[in-house]
Amino acid sequence: MADLAANDPVLLTTSDGRPLQEALAQAQSKAKWRAFMLVAPLLAFILITFVSPIVQVLHQSVYNPKFSENMPQISAWFDQNPNGTEPDEAAYTALVADLVAAGAAKTVAVAGERVNYEMPGTRSLFTKAGREAKKLQPPFMESLTKLDENWASPELWGVMRRVSHAYTGDFYLAAVDLERSPTGSIQQVPENERVYVNLFVRTFALSAAITFMCLLIGYPVAFLLAALPMRYASLLMIMVLLPFWTSLLVRTTAWMVLLQGQGVVNSLLVWAGIIAEDQRLVMINNLMGTMIAMTHILLPFMILPLYSVMKPIPPSYVRAARSLGATSWTAFRRVYLPQTIPGIGAGGLLVFILSVGYYITPALVGGASGQLISNLIAFHVNKSNNWSLAAALATILLASILLLYWLYDKLVGIDKLKLG
Amino acid sequence: MALPIYASPLERAWYYSFRVLCGLIFLFLIAPILIVIPLSFNAEPYFTFTEKMLSLDPTGYSLRWYDLLLTHPNVPTDVPRDAAWWATVWQDAAWVNAAKNSVIVGFFATITATFLGTLAALGLSRPEMPYRRAIMAVLISPMIVPLIIITLGLFFFYSSIGINKWGVPYLGVIMAHATLGIPFVIITVTATLSGFDHSLTRASASLGASPTTTFFKVTMPLILPGMISGALFAFVTSFDEVVVVLFVGANDEQTIPRQMWNGIREAISPAILSVATILVVFSITLLATVELLRRRSERLRGISPH
Repeated sequence: MADLAANDPVLLTTSDGRPLQEALAQAQSKAKWRAFMLVAPLLAFILITFVSPIVQVLHQSVYNPKFSENMPQISAWFDQNPNGTEPDEAAYTALVADLVAAGAAKTVAVAGERVNYEMPGTRSLFTKAGREAKKLQPPFMESLTKLDENWASPELWGVMRRVSHAYTGDFYLAAVDLERSPTGSIQQVPENERVYVNLFVRTFALSAAITFMCLLIGYPVAFLLAALPMRYASLLMIMVLLPFWTSLLVRTTAWMVLLQGQGVVNSLLVWAGIIAEDQRLVMINNLMGTMIAMTHILLPFMILPLYSVMKPIPPSYVRAARSLGATSWTAFRRVYLPQTIPGIGAGGLLVFILSVGYYITPALVGGASGQLISNLIAFHVNKSNNWSLAAALATILLASILLLYWLYDKLVGIDKLKLG
Repeated sequence: MALPIYASPLERAWYYSFRVLCGLIFLFLIAPILIVIPLSFNAEPYFTFTEKMLSLDPTGYSLRWYDLLLTHPNVPTDVPRDAAWWATVWQDAAWVNAAKNSVIVGFFATITATFLGTLAALGLSRPEMPYRRAIMAVLISPMIVPLIIITLGLFFFYSSIGINKWGVPYLGVIMAHATLGIPFVIITVTATLSGFDHSLTRASASLGASPTTTFFKVTMPLILPGMISGALFAFVTSFDEVVVVLFVGANDEQTIPRQMWNGIREAISPAILSVATILVVFSITLLATVELLRRRSERLRGISPH
């Protein structure tokens, strides 16, 4: 374009006299804007209902003002005095003043809860002091420790110093079974309190096992669907799509009914004489229940991508391999299987990503041993009320999923996702 | 995939055992869903087939669990079932109310998701759209990010803005469900648009139609099947969703999945199976609708199934 303009003394113009290049650039940018304006409302909506909540999760995972907001004076004392200062009378005065104020505002339990995350058993210390603080007489160092000698414990003061900052990385430490020792160094929590790392490992191992099972039983089905003539294939496809369209709770309920002690599967096995009446298998409320139900629920997500990759593979390739002397196994292994790798990757990643974050099925059929990381996140929101720990666990989970999502996008392309 | 004439006996054996294997896998896929249907007619409160049921004795079957869905303390059991009785049921029965709530939430979530999603898909499928891939990845991600994380975020977000005090019932749940449904609408509508012949809109414009007229007279009829199946996906997502409702829904915002969840957690009774059966029939209907739409769309776009 530029060359043309340079060679030609007469600049190319549009009918209204503007240079063509400029008019084109303007028209293109207008078209760009028009396209963007169509997407803008949805982008704004997603920003409010999806992106900002996620940002709040990230924020909550490093921010917890429960102590610093409700105990401002002692928090200020910690800020003024460097780490290692012995608590003096001024510190105790600030602490008692905070306890009196928080006791009156009924927020002392909240502050105690924050300390309790780090040092179990201290919640009652705070609630008791909140009730009694207004009766205390100076010198407060003496009267408070007389109320409960734990108030003099250096460990408690160390913990209070740490939680006096609203911004903290401690919840991430807790989420990977680490803690700060009284001296401030990072160490593993005692053996019997290690929960989260094991749970992450269990979640990922179970998801990998489910993915493998789905691949193992999804591959033959996808192969059959791709090889059969269309009119049979679309009939059989209904059998894949119906579970896909059926409510998750219905499918989970169905497995509960099938697998329980007095359920259909056990009754069938007893009737067939395979197991005795008193040896009914325990297939539910354990890891096995979670695994069977989730494999069933996620199987369509494996079959559909595999099918869409297998369908366009010309059957003549395998025939050519056979005619060149390959056995059917060699022809499958060397010719057919390599062509289905993109489908295996797509289906495998999709199933893995979905199963890592599963909540409902493990909660209903998992029992104690079949719980996954999502169930623990829910537990910390509903029961233990430790939102920041829930947020830290969620962030770690989210980071690992985004990594996989990015991988999926690189390998398959997110815009190639198809349904049905 | 007929067996070739040169197949060895081993291959023949494999050919048939492969078919049997596939048959078993299809059984695994479909049997759990179909088994709840006969069990929901059980006359006894068991989750297995009684001997009477197996011998097809009519007294082994009953509709008592369906009847249980219509009950509520306020609904009298011993009066004739006239119009007044049905009116009370419609007003008070817990399951009926849950169904009404589910439909309301699903309807508004679907409308929101379909409207915004279709608009965005139109923009995204234009070649001049800037940052197409990145924006697409953001818009699809509600489908990939685990529901518990989205729910946790919404829980924090809604409690920080106090949405339950705004006085608009279900607003939080509807917005969340719309977000979850949007990826489906985007995917289905972009798929329809990928085969869209853009010379049609140019032809329409050259004949003097305004962009709005072109959209409603030319584009929309062609992408309608994609829109409808996207909308159905969005509706099903909302209709089936329980985690968000459990965490961010107010206590009186009971939907069918929440009611089922409570029923399963407390004491699972065959009444759950009757709800499950109704839902299975519902999903069969939806599946048939989507399938018909897909075929129609392929026919319209000239892609015939081979």
